[in-house]
Amino acid sequence: MQIPTDLLARIDEAISHYPVSKQSASLPLLHLWQEHFGFISDEAIEWIAAKLELEPIKVLGLVTFYPMFRRKAPGKHHIRVCRTLSCAMAGSYALKEKLSKAAGIEAEGHGHGAGGGCGGHGDPVTVSEDGKYSIEFVECLASCGTGPVCMVNDDFYEAVSDEEVTQILSKYQ
Amino acid sequence: MIFANVDREGYTPDIECYLRHGGYEDLRKATTMEPDAIVNDVKASGLRGRGGAGFPCGVKWGFIRRGGPKPTYLICNADESEPGTFKDRYIIHQDPHQLIEGMVISSFALDVHLAYIYIRGEFPEGARILERAIAEAKEKGFLGKNILGTGFDLEIYVHRGAGAYICGEETGLIESLEGKRAYPRIKPPYFPAVLGLYQCPTIVNNVETLCHVKHIVQMGGAEYAKLGRPNNTGTRILCVSGDVQRPGYFEVEVGSLTMGEVINDLCGGLKPGRKLKAIIPGGSSAKVLRADERYKVKEKAEDGSMVDKEIGIEEIRMDFDTLAAVGSMAGSGGVIVMDDTRDMVWTLNNLNEFYAHESCGQCTPCREGSLWMRKITDRILAGGGTEQDPDTLKSVADNIAGKTICAFGEACSWPTQSFVIKFREEFASRSTKPLPLPTPPEFLADRLSEEPTKALTTGSHH
Repeated sequence: MQIPTDLLARIDEAISHYPVSKQSASLPLLHLWQEHFGFISDEAIEWIAAKLELEPIKVLGLVTFYPMFRRKAPGKHHIRVCRTLSCAMAGSYALKEKLSKAAGIEAEGHGHGAGGGCGGHGDPVTVSEDGKYSIEFVECLASCGTGPVCMVNDDFYEAVSDEEVTQILSKYQ
Repeated sequence: MIFANVDREGYTPDIECYLRHGGYEDLRKATTMEPDAIVNDVKASGLRGRGGAGFPCGVKWGFIRRGGPKPTYLICNADESEPGTFKDRYIIHQDPHQLIEGMVISSFALDVHLAYIYIRGEFPEGARILERAIAEAKEKGFLGKNILGTGFDLEIYVHRGAGAYICGEETGLIESLEGKRAYPRIKPPYFPAVLGLYQCPTIVNNVETLCHVKHIVQMGGAEYAKLGRPNNTGTRILCVSGDVQRPGYFEVEVGSLTMGEVINDLCGGLKPGRKLKAIIPGGSSAKVLRADERYKVKEKAEDGSMVDKEIGIEEIRMDFDTLAAVGSMAGSGGVIVMDDTRDMVWTLNNLNEFYAHESCGQCTPCREGSLWMRKITDRILAGGGTEQDPDTLKSVADNIAGKTICAFGEACSWPTQSFVIKFREEFASRSTKPLPLPTPPEFLADRLSEEPTKALTTGSHH
């Protein structure tokens, strides 16, 4: 596994923030890895576990617990739509449908889990056929006064109207 | 006070702008004070935690003994994720140094040399802004080694969560910061002030709470306590969302406004032609209040005696004690308003889906119960409501609250309990089919069959 030197430097910097216990650096390392490689592979789990002197199962246990970590590659641009009450009242279900349609993602119903989600809890992400976009419903993004809200990659959009959907997506090619 | 610089014209989150507006002057003042005097000021201020539980901050701090054998840690809880709450986001994005200054002062008072800001993973921009603010503060000598020449050292690091609501629970947060699954700890013995991060004394405070500390140092505890009402002191940020003309965040003196004033004066009232139906007053976990109900409260009469009074929803005073008296809570300050176009089954189902997704899975009543409740409301919405459903929902909820390690049990059962009790007719009118027995309560609508055996043999677990 070839880890770029700048990523290695950032990993070592992150570990230095936890002088008492290296295990505390687990989440930061998973974030750094996912930002760079897109998802958490088996290899990632082994590598991070070795780096932090942990059993790999400890790292896998984090990946399956924390919803932000993915075991599969998302699209080139990843969209998160807030599903929770205030945004839902402001139209987030319709927003997710419109974004999915504009991104060429086949709608697979609402929600996270067995009640009609995508791949269920742990794999909530749907990817467009061309691999350019992926979408998932997430829980409250803490901007309830300006719903419906969504994120594309790290960028945040609030009070998204129907007209803005294609405009927003066009920024991510 | 806290939001003085939020949405202020020309105000930027960099340290130069903060310094131009009197930034870090309160830290200078704090470093000339005895640490215990700061703790006493916080006690005298009556400040109650702004994260949700409303626990007196001074009491929490009072558990810490300076100079013990173990180090003390401070953690800022910036895992803002209670549905309906959106205040910390704006402090972090627009005025990060206010939080840093509050943290440095708190650390100085509590003899903390290592502090973390636990920020939710979905705030990547917020994390970057805080990291920049920390670097700026270090460069200016407000952070790092020998702060302002006092010999006091402090490092603050930003730690990002990864999408789990339970990390807002303070012991879950600590587990998460230790690099584990965020399973809340059993209390006692693990009160964080006694055994927290790395089994050392730890104070966990909300973003807004830590910002208040700065203003308490500035004003003095006694002066601060004059803001608001007795036992409900200071200001707090109300976040209003849902069916109002102008949703938004408003910093008000605690208890200075009634629910009606918040909705009508601050938020421009309801949309034209709509009627108020229900309000969730303190984040989604708070019990729902029905608009046409009368609420009993105790009020202080002119001669000082307490008299019983019956009031309508719009007369409810927005403070910790009044909202508790009417059977709900001030919680995190997130007010969600619903008008007469809203379907209460749909609303509860939305919240049930949230809690089913966010249960950490440690305790059986919560892990199974939250999912059961979601499946039942899902099925009612899909047209498969049975006569027993309102009672089943309530009984599932009743068997979660009080039977779990952390307060998530209450958080996930209170919405169901209150919605089903207060809007029973709405649930009952859609729960009319006879239940084919024996069938587990969470079976799906499309499995609802005239033949009991079929429902049983095709299985109901999806």
